[in-house]
Amino acid sequence: MFRRSRSSQSVRMHNPQLERRLIRNRMSLALVLASLMLAGLGLRLYELQVQRHDHFVTLSQDNRVRLRPLPPPRGLIFDRNGILLAENLPSFRLEIVPEDVPDLPQTLDQLSRLIEITPKDRQRFERERKRSRPFDALALRYRLTDEEVARLAIDRFQFPGVDVRADLTRHYPFGASTAQVIGYVGAVDERDLRNAAEGTYAGLTEAGRNGVERSYETELRGVTGYEQVEVNAQGRTIRVLESHPPTAGQNLYLSLDIRLQQATEAALGGNRGAIVAIAPNSGEILALVSEPSFDANVFVGGIDGDSYRALNTDPGHPLFNRAILGQYPPGSTVKPLLGVADLASGQPLGAGGIYCPGYVKLPNIERRYRDWKHSGHGHTDLHHAIMQSCDVYFYQLGLELGIDRLHDTLTAFGLGRTTGVDLPGERAGLVPSKAWKQRVRKQSWYIGETLVNAIGQGYNLATPLQLAQAAATLARRGQVLQPRMVRAREDMASGQYVPLTPVPGTPVPFGTPGQWETVIDAMHAVVQSPGGTAYGSGRGAPYAYAGKTGTAQVYGLGSEEEYVQENVAPELRDHALFLGFAPQHDPAIAVGVVVEHGGSGGHTAAPIARQVLDAYLLREAAP
Amino acid sequence: MNRPIYELGAGMRSPLRDWPTRLHMDLLLLVCLGLLSAVGLMILYSAGGEQMELLERQCLRLAMAFLVMLAIAQIPSDWLHRIAPVLYGVGLILLVLVMGLGDIGKGAQRWLDLGVVRFQPSEIMKLAMPLMTARYLHDRGLPPQRWDVPIVLLLIVGPTLLIAEQPDLGTAVLVMVSGLAVLFLGGLSWRWIVLFLGGLGAALPLMWTLMHDYQRQRVLTLLNPEADPLGSGYHIIQSKIALGSGGLFGKGWLNGSQAHLQFLPERTTDFIFAVYGEEFGLIGLILLLALYFAVAVRGLQIAAQAQNSFERLLAASLSFTFLFYVLVNTGMVSGLLPVVGVPLPLVSYGGTSMVTLLAAFGMLMSIQTHKKMLAP
Repeated sequence: MFRRSRSSQSVRMHNPQLERRLIRNRMSLALVLASLMLAGLGLRLYELQVQRHDHFVTLSQDNRVRLRPLPPPRGLIFDRNGILLAENLPSFRLEIVPEDVPDLPQTLDQLSRLIEITPKDRQRFERERKRSRPFDALALRYRLTDEEVARLAIDRFQFPGVDVRADLTRHYPFGASTAQVIGYVGAVDERDLRNAAEGTYAGLTEAGRNGVERSYETELRGVTGYEQVEVNAQGRTIRVLESHPPTAGQNLYLSLDIRLQQATEAALGGNRGAIVAIAPNSGEILALVSEPSFDANVFVGGIDGDSYRALNTDPGHPLFNRAILGQYPPGSTVKPLLGVADLASGQPLGAGGIYCPGYVKLPNIERRYRDWKHSGHGHTDLHHAIMQSCDVYFYQLGLELGIDRLHDTLTAFGLGRTTGVDLPGERAGLVPSKAWKQRVRKQSWYIGETLVNAIGQGYNLATPLQLAQAAATLARRGQVLQPRMVRAREDMASGQYVPLTPVPGTPVPFGTPGQWETVIDAMHAVVQSPGGTAYGSGRGAPYAYAGKTGTAQVYGLGSEEEYVQENVAPELRDHALFLGFAPQHDPAIAVGVVVEHGGSGGHTAAPIARQVLDAYLLREAAP
Repeated sequence: MNRPIYELGAGMRSPLRDWPTRLHMDLLLLVCLGLLSAVGLMILYSAGGEQMELLERQCLRLAMAFLVMLAIAQIPSDWLHRIAPVLYGVGLILLVLVMGLGDIGKGAQRWLDLGVVRFQPSEIMKLAMPLMTARYLHDRGLPPQRWDVPIVLLLIVGPTLLIAEQPDLGTAVLVMVSGLAVLFLGGLSWRWIVLFLGGLGAALPLMWTLMHDYQRQRVLTLLNPEADPLGSGYHIIQSKIALGSGGLFGKGWLNGSQAHLQFLPERTTDFIFAVYGEEFGLIGLILLLALYFAVAVRGLQIAAQAQNSFERLLAASLSFTFLFYVLVNTGMVSGLLPVVGVPLPLVSYGGTSMVTLLAAFGMLMSIQTHKKMLAP
């Protein structure tokens, strides 16, 4: 029983009598404390049950009063010209309060004889019943037809706890055209509930799931109101006593131009790919297209499993928003960006030009780094290197600058990091550096990789939105504005129209005005001078504009192999890319185009971009 | 150290023990707990809309819990001392496991699925915490000195934080209180106590910033339930009406309109005290609270008569934690404390917590009935 313990210098021993007395004293103390608390509770109960008894009796007798949440109408969404893109249509739904139903399975059977209740409806109802409290109203059916509403109205007295409620259903008039931008609404789930204050979703069945519906959920949702209603013993409403109306959700005005959006969709002409168009002077996104798309309306009120599976397993991945989630090698579209850095470096290659024999050979490396033009471009300066997309020039530039300065240059234009657009889930792309390779691949950097990365291949990845943002940054001559989808919101309560001001970013830290113009002149030559890689697409345009093509390898070729499009399977063909802006001086629109497996940028992406520019500029010019 | 044997234990007037003691039962506890369960079943019948099915399931659960209690009472009390660290260790490991691969039930991660049974490791901690802390203090000698206090605090804080993370604030507080009770009863110096209270006062603003939104909401709702009539404010408003309209004598069994017209949410579980108050009034509530108090006092009596410090600390901590349970639930229902999910012991419907609760009383009975014939 006796144990030595050495907690301090002195040796302590158990002294049972002392310990016993100590514990007993403390027990008495604690008991007194607990008794005091109990007495406090007793006083509280006395206060409630004796002193304020009459007050509560009145309340209890009047307690035929229930609180019923009044859901706010969700904010509407318009395009930049006030055309409605998301609206609320009136509809009816069938609600059940499980606690008030005497025999639920029997009631469900009887109801299914009156109206159509699919096994899926029942499954969803059962699933939600497990998650909710028995006194919560749950929807069994949405979007009842007028005939069903009438049939239920006749027999309603037979079904305690069953109610038909007027409802608003989200509808997207432009369907697939706006699905990637606006997203859709879906049933409120546990995550929504966890992330919001208690009661936020009372009476609401849907929450924003994607796109603007998701990123502006708080603004669109509004604030739930409630009414006090008198009910009879079955819980049926007799009259409304007091009403605190809900605050409607705010209306949103997108920067999107729906007519340009549709023209852009048409320009893609059934190809898989994505196009983003930005107004350089404000950062506003005029069009954001990802093809193929899907009709967002099928998600409203819950999509059934089969349709969802079909969308999910579609080889075209219609649910995947390529414009902000798709990451593609930017290829030669990085050349004008690097061109600015070349001129600003103090010792530009462009000053004297280089000689292009059609390949670059590094000492001690077997492989030849080839130009796309095997015969070579001959003597080449920066202007021609951009215009004809000379790879050798940029191989040399890459060696000159080194991988880390390539990284810094591309990062300054917004590649390799998210643009901060107000859409959920945007990907960052990738711009490699020595530190990145060491950290992620645990390998040191090879000089050959610098060459490949200098023409936008290798590890480089960019989203179509980033390409458009880089084009807009070029158009702004180095100034940076965050791209954004929403340009204003309208507070319904105060009737205030609140424009959202553009958010500036860090400007590109190099390049004099003259150097910018040199590069942009070269980009102008790409589309509108004979010999430019996209001269075919820019010919005859009534405005001067600037662009750069890109062709991104999907399929790795050996150094001596020839790329012949006809010999390569469609899913291994190169991606076709283009970035550009128009007009050249005083730009109104900047675009980034990616056509998946489209072949060459000059042949596929550049003509598509021209159509988009025409659609915007020529229409704007017209009265 | 020569103590006469006849001083040991109540109900042991002669060395020949009476029959309940031979069966390792404590008759007084058994009767009080039985009465509480009976009252619970009666009120559950009313609160549950007079469903027999609900009652049957509760009976089954009670029967199992009482069997567990009587089984644990058979274990010699010195075994409790031996298994303390094992139980604590197992509980801790399971708590860590549940963080990683726990089932998500009701949006919180607290269940562990063992294929056959699903259970909450935090329930083990409710028993392991007082066992472990009592053993530690007993082994080190009372009162705790120097590093004893920080070490015991560490033993308490670890599991508490793990449980609070789940998030299960109610259980976390209960587990913490059972450990702190041991520390206080074991003679924690007043300097530490003042330091605690001071620290708590200083930490309150910090805790406010660390709380989940829903937890903050509950505190705010307590201060002004009418501000949030759609959320947890509704519970408090309705339960106050139920209690208040019950008055001195109550509306009578099966006559509570608040419960029967279904205005009162969670009326069979956390808010069953309000149903009882509506139907049996202040008189009934006082009788019920007196019954709870009697159970706790009997537990403390067992503690006072226990044969060593470990058993004394354990028994007293379990008794006070039981009382704390009651105070938190009733405080919540009467609108004095925020709405935390703590059931009313033996009366609220369901809960794995019932088995744990009666297991604790099994340990009390073991302490009372397994005394050695010689004084320590």
